[in-house]
Amino acid sequence: MSETRTGDAALEGLEEQAIRKALSSASRPARPSALSAVLTFGWRGILKIKHVPEQLIDATMTPVLFTLMFTYMYGGAISGSTSEYLTFILPGILMMSVVFTTVYSGVALNTDLTKGVVDRFRSLPIWRPAPLVGSVVGDSVRYLVAGTVVVIVGAVLGYRPDGGWDGVLAALVLTIVFSFALAWVFTTLGLIMRSPNAVMNTGFMALFPLTFLSNAFVPPETLPSGLEAFVEINPISWVVTANRGLMNGTAEAGDILLVLATAVVLTAVFVPLTSRLYRKK
Amino acid sequence: MTGAHELAIEVEGLEKSFGETKAVDGVDLSVRKGAVYGMLGPNGAGKTTTIRMLATLVRPDGGAARVLGHDIVTEADEVRSVVGLTGQLASVDEDLTGRENLILIGRLMGHSRADAKARADELLDSFGLSEAASKLVKNYSGGMRRRLDLAASIVVTPEVMFLDEPTTGLDPRSRNQVWGIIRALADAGTTILLCTQYLDEADQLAEGIAVIDHGKVIAEGTPSQLKASVGSATLHVRLLDPDRRGEAAEALSRELSGVELDPDPAALTVPCADADRGAEAVAELSRQGIAIAGFSLGQPSLDEVFLALTGRPATEDESNPEEVEAA
Repeated sequence: MSETRTGDAALEGLEEQAIRKALSSASRPARPSALSAVLTFGWRGILKIKHVPEQLIDATMTPVLFTLMFTYMYGGAISGSTSEYLTFILPGILMMSVVFTTVYSGVALNTDLTKGVVDRFRSLPIWRPAPLVGSVVGDSVRYLVAGTVVVIVGAVLGYRPDGGWDGVLAALVLTIVFSFALAWVFTTLGLIMRSPNAVMNTGFMALFPLTFLSNAFVPPETLPSGLEAFVEINPISWVVTANRGLMNGTAEAGDILLVLATAVVLTAVFVPLTSRLYRKK
Repeated sequence: MTGAHELAIEVEGLEKSFGETKAVDGVDLSVRKGAVYGMLGPNGAGKTTTIRMLATLVRPDGGAARVLGHDIVTEADEVRSVVGLTGQLASVDEDLTGRENLILIGRLMGHSRADAKARADELLDSFGLSEAASKLVKNYSGGMRRRLDLAASIVVTPEVMFLDEPTTGLDPRSRNQVWGIIRALADAGTTILLCTQYLDEADQLAEGIAVIDHGKVIAEGTPSQLKASVGSATLHVRLLDPDRRGEAAEALSRELSGVELDPDPAALTVPCADADRGAEAVAELSRQGIAIAGFSLGQPSLDEVFLALTGRPATEDESNPEEVEAA
């Protein structure tokens, strides 16, 4: 074979010896646990945020804009004063900001699939859904950022929670748990749709009516009866109700359990669906 | 382990369709342990689909295959823990740095954080990527990306490595570097299945070649067997004295038949399937005292092999690798 090695002369800058050494020094560790693989993929998601922090702009600016616009535009008209309206809408804006961020989990997955790196992940001996679960775990950082920004903007505008800051923290956690479950709807979408843009458009098209036709911004009693009925069965309203309870110190266990149960159902349906679609890709 | 199996890759009647198209239509392959085996064919011949099935990325519709004795469908996990894959698109994360990419793979292979970092640095060093270690991969050149890709494949040295067109789109220098890495990997004992549409790549690296077209293996053998099976080699002789060409033709005819006179008045060409007979023929010239300026025994190129096997040139499909890659 040696007579055909015409290429080796051109190996400048590349130490073939070093490569041979690197090959021989490789050890074969045991397969990582599912948890370790998930956390590694979560780390990958956080690294991406670190390299392109601009991608957090929509997760931070949108909540600021929503809070300012709604408070000053509708505050007077709906609640008589901006400070009272702030108490009413902040739980809803918290939900809205975080829920919109979940669409990006689907967009990111769809983007990933167009690249060769997914092939490598899928040829590794790891727990198969680890890349998916890990990226959603990493995305929780975005949810946390979006939610925290809302709370800070609210506090700056004069919001003082009746349920104390503990209640606000509880509402933030509940919202993130719900969003973690909802993200799987969009990862499913991310595996079905053809392009990241299609995922984004479809996701927002679905979320806009769901968030606005809820009890987030107006009391449902003021709505036409057909619409009121829809608002009552809209799961987004359930999250807002639970948040409101926690932040105002009037939480009812039933409201919170309803949100948690919804999260469990979403997860139970969409995690297996996403995993199956991912495997077939 | 699987010491009982002498074969690293066994493929029997593997099939895969996408809609109406039969991408892979009954491929059979046997690759012995430690070999570099080439799958040669134009774009769309079914090479990539075959490799993706063997790497457990795509489920076959029919047939069976084993990698180091593990069934690719029922023992996919075992297969995954012994194979490495370098796909047609570089299988690295463009939004991370080179170092982060290798740490990521190290962690996913089960290394501790410290071991993954040490291994990443060692590989970056060996592959000449130390300086670019902290740059995002999206800013890498094609050759750097491919090197990182190969480094990622050997974070844990695979027993079987699948390479899907590893040099498509690379400049000649990067291509030579990649060839060097593949040889080093082969010398370390890794079995390599190499897909390529570059005929000289298979010729350079592989000890055995399967020619694939329309999802089927249409020819198989060593590079020289394949060449011999199609066109015979030709002996070219150039004389010092053009006036003695007639004598020379006569002398050559004693050993070989079909001597042709070239347009060059001092040159002759004769088909020569057997190199020994060719040597005899040349010796006969010197015995006759006919001085020669030079001679060569040329083998048909694999391009000619492909043309003879399929009735169309392979080069037609590889004229624009960029376009092919984009599709």
